Amino acid sequence: MSTTENPTEHGPEGSEKQNGFENPGLPYHRPRRADVDPKADKKAERQTAALFGVSIVGTIVAIGSYMALDMTDEIDSIRFVNMAIGIGIFLAMIGIGLGAIHWAKTLMRDHEMVEERHALRSSDEAREGAIQNLKDGAEDSGLGGVKRRPVLIGSMLTALLAAPLALLWPQIGNMGADWNISNFGHTMWRKGMRLTRDPDGTPIKASDVTIGSAFHVIPEGLNELEHHKIEEKAKAVVLLLRLDPRDLNLQPGREDWSFDGIIAFSKICTHVGCPVALYEQQTHHLLCPCHQSTFDVANGAKVVFGPAKRPLPQLPIAVDDEGYIVAQSDFHEPIGPSYWTRLHDTSDGLHADDDTEGSSH
Amino acid sequence: MGARLDSAAAGTANYIDERTSIGGFVKFFARKLFPDHWSFMLGEIALYSFIVLLLSGVFLTAFFVPSMTIVEYDGPLATMQGVEMSEAFASTLHMSFEVPGGLLMRQIHHWAALLFTAAIVTHMARVFFTGAFRKPRELNWLVGFTLMILSLAAGFSGYSLPDDVLSGNGLRIIEGVTRSIPIVGEYISYWIFGGEFPGEILIPRLFTMHILLVPGLILVLIALHLFLVFLHKHTQYPGGGRTHKNVVGLPLFPVYTAKAGGFFFVVFGIVALVAAIFTINPVWNYGPYDPSPVSAGTQPDWYILFVDGALRLMPGWLFDVIPMEWEIWGYTLSWNLLVPALILPGLFFGFLALYPWIEAWATGDRGEKHVLDRPRNAPVRTGIGVALITFYVVLVMEGSNDIIANLFHLSLNDLTYFFRIGIFVLPALAFWITRRICFGLQRKDRELVLHGKETGRIVRHEHGEYVEVHEPLTDEERWVLIQHDDIAPLEIEPEFNDRGVRRKGYRWDRFKQWLSRIYFEKRISPVTAEELAEAQEHGHH
Ligand code: HEM
Ligand code: FES
Repeated sequence: MSTTENPTEHGPEGSEKQNGFENPGLPYHRPRRADVDPKADKKAERQTAALFGVSIVGTIVAIGSYMALDMTDEIDSIRFVNMAIGIGIFLAMIGIGLGAIHWAKTLMRDHEMVEERHALRSSDEAREGAIQNLKDGAEDSGLGGVKRRPVLIGSMLTALLAAPLALLWPQIGNMGADWNISNFGHTMWRKGMRLTRDPDGTPIKASDVTIGSAFHVIPEGLNELEHHKIEEKAKAVVLLLRLDPRDLNLQPGREDWSFDGIIAFSKICTHVGCPVALYEQQTHHLLCPCHQSTFDVANGAKVVFGPAKRPLPQLPIAVDDEGYIVAQSDFHEPIGPSYWTRLHDTSDGLHADDDTEGSSH
Repeated sequence: MGARLDSAAAGTANYIDERTSIGGFVKFFARKLFPDHWSFMLGEIALYSFIVLLLSGVFLTAFFVPSMTIVEYDGPLATMQGVEMSEAFASTLHMSFEVPGGLLMRQIHHWAALLFTAAIVTHMARVFFTGAFRKPRELNWLVGFTLMILSLAAGFSGYSLPDDVLSGNGLRIIEGVTRSIPIVGEYISYWIFGGEFPGEILIPRLFTMHILLVPGLILVLIALHLFLVFLHKHTQYPGGGRTHKNVVGLPLFPVYTAKAGGFFFVVFGIVALVAAIFTINPVWNYGPYDPSPVSAGTQPDWYILFVDGALRLMPGWLFDVIPMEWEIWGYTLSWNLLVPALILPGLFFGFLALYPWIEAWATGDRGEKHVLDRPRNAPVRTGIGVALITFYVVLVMEGSNDIIANLFHLSLNDLTYFFRIGIFVLPALAFWITRRICFGLQRKDRELVLHGKETGRIVRHEHGEYVEVHEPLTDEERWVLIQHDDIAPLEIEPEFNDRGVRRKGYRWDRFKQWLSRIYFEKRISPVTAEELAEAQEHGHH
């Protein structure tokens, strides 16, 4: 390995010319204080040792804090213990780090050295050798050359390509559980099921719902589900609102889906599925906090701003004999974000092909 | 004592060498040279924060329970008493409030993750702007690019593990985006979640991904990355004595080992300090995942924010009349999800991955490049880089538009309208301005070479005029300003040969020429020796 050092007197002649200029060569080496002054040298050594000392103290602080300090249920005490250990670790680490760097900067030899580079390309000889070796191997095996065996090669490649499937097929096949993607299209809402408060599950009377109020709703019986409770909740959550009936523009075909200004919409955003729940009473706008899609509740929850395209699906509701609000049916379309086969699960004939849906304000 | 230690060391060395012939490697590596520059530490910061991630992560695995089984909370935190939550969330609370140092380790881990991603991105920017990706380092650029993508995967999978409301909403968004993929999206969603969202298996799956698959891949690729850095030998900035054929620096052992090794402890120390003082991701304030409650201002970690910004930016209705969700033959195609969440990041990252080749086509240069560019000497590349950063920053700002709107009392919707236009205009503007600044700096360099440095000393000439004295540059100073290549646009062979036959590959050449013109049509050449001689001649009159 040809290494040279930068000189204390004269730089080596630059061998390279560029734009007519000669490369001036390496700069002179400038000695540091510690290189020439023995006192500075001693001082740097003491400083470095002190920094390593800081690290040792830090380690003691960290372990000591862990052993000596008690954590109670108070958040403050927990914070304090963690902070004390953390500062110990900080000192333990930074002491070593700064010590090593100080040592390198002040005391280790700092003459820059030069090493030649060699082109990465292998020599022609080596390349020819490599090609020859591969050729010989191909010849020996029948992969190439005169005695090429195409049947063997073809069957081997096919086997190699197919074999991973033996592993992947069962693996991937199992990962999707029952693959029943039609679940996307339905929720647990059924005819006559009561709308109940989230999270305690108490039913809601029509008379409880005053104008301007909003209720976060889950279906009756959700809390008692043994399986898939959270999956069902993720689809079935509803917002129940009451507007002044004069403000509410009932959508064609949905005149009997609400009750005296009480109206229910899916809470799952039609953009990518966050819960939509910032309700502005004055404007009747619902805002999704994730990407700010804004839905106009007074007009069938149509999109008035943001990245969502479709209105929030409406849950048809009625009032039962005891005055509780109940669902008339499941949603008539899949709730939440769009997907390829969404329209297959849409049953009310109200999908966006006809002009009644969506908005353009 | 000293002598005994020496002989023990020699004995050990002999023992190992006789079984591994490691002596050759040590001889080779120990005095390997590394050029010194602060910007070469960015890659190191990425490496060190990754090590911190591994160390703190091992601590966390001892307490974290990757399970979505629902339990009732019964611990010291009064606000969570009796709340139903997954074991994942409960174990996160346990680790934070009942394990001394547990909260600290969580915070070290999270801060280190933020530093890791930030270091990778700035390291990548350094490599981009200095042209360190040019031959022979294109493949290492690809390795690095893959590492960047993996770091996003590592970050996102880790962020999701505690199963709190914020990370749950993040997963919900991923699920919505996945489902929007035509034909197979619904199946991919089922495949990831093991059924419907959120299912009961996702956290264990993410856990395996987060602590085994992704870090394993990162580890292997880091090894490959650093192996290639060794093989290529590090690049260097221009300076006297530095050429494309040599490397000037300090030896790996001891100087570089001490500096770089020491720097690891500095990075670890600083992360520990920040983690000791600043709370991050206080999941106990957010609560366990529940599909119903919302909190305003849900923000992912910074490195994912651009996707969130893109999702916010894209309107559901273009100009309020053209729907961005199409229904064709009974199937639904959601451009409002596909474009911002998949197509746009795909193009952005695809362009980045391929960039070394794009530039190689434009320059037509086949030589190895070991001396780095000063960014001003590659105005178009620098312009493209700043445009990409601007594009990214617009998305990040749109991703925090609610915070910005609050802070400056702006209308959220107006801000979004502004960014919808800005996403097209601002990067173009950034490109144009940056290129101009580069040209300006290049002109200034020429001035310096031709007329020397201003000294501030004013003298009066015999015939009465006042002039400032200019001091000529030293050879060293001048070399830095004139050492770069003056690249002209590609010349290509004509379309038809003498016999009027159309040449094969002509179209491809035309494309490269077109690209090359974009890069080099307008350029400012470095001063040549003749020009300088002439200027000096002139100056003496
Ligand atoms: C896990 C993430 C990464 C780690 C740990 C890492 C680490 C490093 C280190 C320690 C170096 C040598 C010092 C330096 O030049 O900074 C380096 C060089 C390099 N890295 Fe990375 N890096 C990472 C990601 C990336 C990315 C995202 C890119 C670009 C797409 C990239 C491209 C390069 C290139 C081309 C070099 C050679 C630079 C030269 O010789 O001038 N790396 N990397
Ligand atoms: S999820 Fe509601 S706006 Fe994106």
